[in-house]
Amino acid sequence: MSNALYLAWRYLAYHKVKTAILITSITLIVFLPVGLRVLVRQSEEQLTVRAEATPLLVGAKGSPLELVLNSLYFQGDVPETMRYAQAIRVDTSRLALVIPLYVRFEAQGHPIVGTTLEYFDFRGIRIASGGGLTMLGDCVLGARVAEALGMGPGDRVITSPESVFDLAGVYPLRMHVRGVLEFSDSPDDRAIFVDLKTAWVIEGLVHGHVDLSSPEARAQVLQRDSTNVVGNASVVQYQEITAENLDEFHFHGDQEEYPITAVIAVPPDQRARTILRGRYSSPDDLVQIVEPTSVIDELLDTVLTVQTFVIAAVVVVGISTLATAILVFMLSLRLRRREIETMRKIGGSRSSIGWVMVSEIVVVIVVGVVLAGGLTVLTSRFGSAVIRAVIF
Amino acid sequence: MITVESLEFRYAEGDFFLHIPELVIEARATVAFIGPSGSGKTTLLNLIAGISLPRAGRILTNDVELTSLDDGARRDFRIRNIGLVFQEFELLEYLTVLDNILLPYRINPAMQLDQTVRDRAARLADSVDIGDKLNRYATKLSQGEKQRVAVCRALLPDPPLILADEPTGNLDPNNKDRVLDILFAYATRTGATLVTVTHDHDLVGRFGRTVDFRDFHASVRRGAVA
Repeated sequence: MSNALYLAWRYLAYHKVKTAILITSITLIVFLPVGLRVLVRQSEEQLTVRAEATPLLVGAKGSPLELVLNSLYFQGDVPETMRYAQAIRVDTSRLALVIPLYVRFEAQGHPIVGTTLEYFDFRGIRIASGGGLTMLGDCVLGARVAEALGMGPGDRVITSPESVFDLAGVYPLRMHVRGVLEFSDSPDDRAIFVDLKTAWVIEGLVHGHVDLSSPEARAQVLQRDSTNVVGNASVVQYQEITAENLDEFHFHGDQEEYPITAVIAVPPDQRARTILRGRYSSPDDLVQIVEPTSVIDELLDTVLTVQTFVIAAVVVVGISTLATAILVFMLSLRLRRREIETMRKIGGSRSSIGWVMVSEIVVVIVVGVVLAGGLTVLTSRFGSAVIRAVIF
Repeated sequence: MITVESLEFRYAEGDFFLHIPELVIEARATVAFIGPSGSGKTTLLNLIAGISLPRAGRILTNDVELTSLDDGARRDFRIRNIGLVFQEFELLEYLTVLDNILLPYRINPAMQLDQTVRDRAARLADSVDIGDKLNRYATKLSQGEKQRVAVCRALLPDPPLILADEPTGNLDPNNKDRVLDILFAYATRTGATLVTVTHDHDLVGRFGRTVDFRDFHASVRRGAVA
């Protein structure tokens, strides 16, 4: 047996290209369906863990999936906004801890999450360096964001315009990086967190400029009456919030009317959860309440269906590749007929010659399967990181 | 000693038919099979080696009647007792010179490959001036070197009988003499029997005996029926 293996090994080593092609084929035949399943399972886990950690989400009526992807993973399109009053509505019900979210803007390619300090306790994430949000215009960076931008406490990060064609839009805001969060292996690592009010500053709903009622601002006043002062185009809005200009920032309109994208509701028990859900069951209500796990389960059902089709396709490709590999083996046997005949004439035993030929196939299959196993192990080990990089 | 009695052979297809009433080759003899192509020289070598089986008659090779053995036993007998040399060398391209020489020890469990055999193979290769090429692939050798490797492969098990089928057919004159020198030296040294098919009448004089297959003209018939 060892002699047969040796001869098979010599044959395969001599025909390197053919061997490499055969081993690659076998590896892919085995790895593709298995690796795909591992990846899908890990994707499921990644999505499910986050969803399970988020009991309820309140958001404007529309796509529940959009709401969940935006609020949990800071991904996808921005859902319809709702009034901040909806957060107050949940809060006054005393049925749940309320964490409002406004996930709409970006800074240098990273999502900005406008929220309250409760969010950090709720997710269990801590500050790794620097401090937390203390002032309007502050931000804390997720671990990956800090790494990607090469920033830390004391740096400034500038918000990005929603559209390059948004000429009439608000000015970008230079935010102060107060701290960097600990690595949490979650979408929080890839987000920039600001206070909800700062998010509204970014939108321009809260802004700061020179006090137009002061005598120094006379040249910038377009119209003045007993109740109202209208500035002209020369009034410059502050693009950075500092201790000096903080008092110049002010709200326009009723804060309850300000937009948010979602509210994370954390009921203390099942009863509160049920009651809270019941309160949003009216079809006339402008908002919806969703259980992220249900939404993600539906998404995964769809993914599983797609996965079944993909695996079926991979299996079909695998069968055809296997057929090709068998053909190559058969052609190889034909090409080696003279060699087999020489061995027979010399006195090679039938079993030994057979083993030499079989060993070639066995070695290729074993090496292919081992490689596929290795790839599967690598996938199960590093696949989640790849998935996070892709979907988070 | 090789004894052939009332031998009849035909291939499954074609009209070739070989009939040898009697042929005796003594032990230690050096014999050249000569005759026109298709006269049955190679066929008789194959029959003596037990590679092919006759339709009728007896063949005793080294006093063993091969027709009485099954296929496995014939192969075991062959690998232990017969060194085969082919015109086309029949070396395995994917093996080095050393591995080609050691091949008989890797393809039949009746042969045990150990360090002694490896050392003997190296010495044998040295004796025919290919000792410095043991790790080369056979494809990288000259024709003469290839045939010397093939001869080493045949001689390594120390067989008492060497059957060579036109071993010099693809060689230049120098290499022809050299390969024959090796075979004759081995036969002389070990007392082995050497039977060689050849078309080269210049070489016939070196053999102790010549079997001309034209002598079997009445026996080697085309289209004849036994």
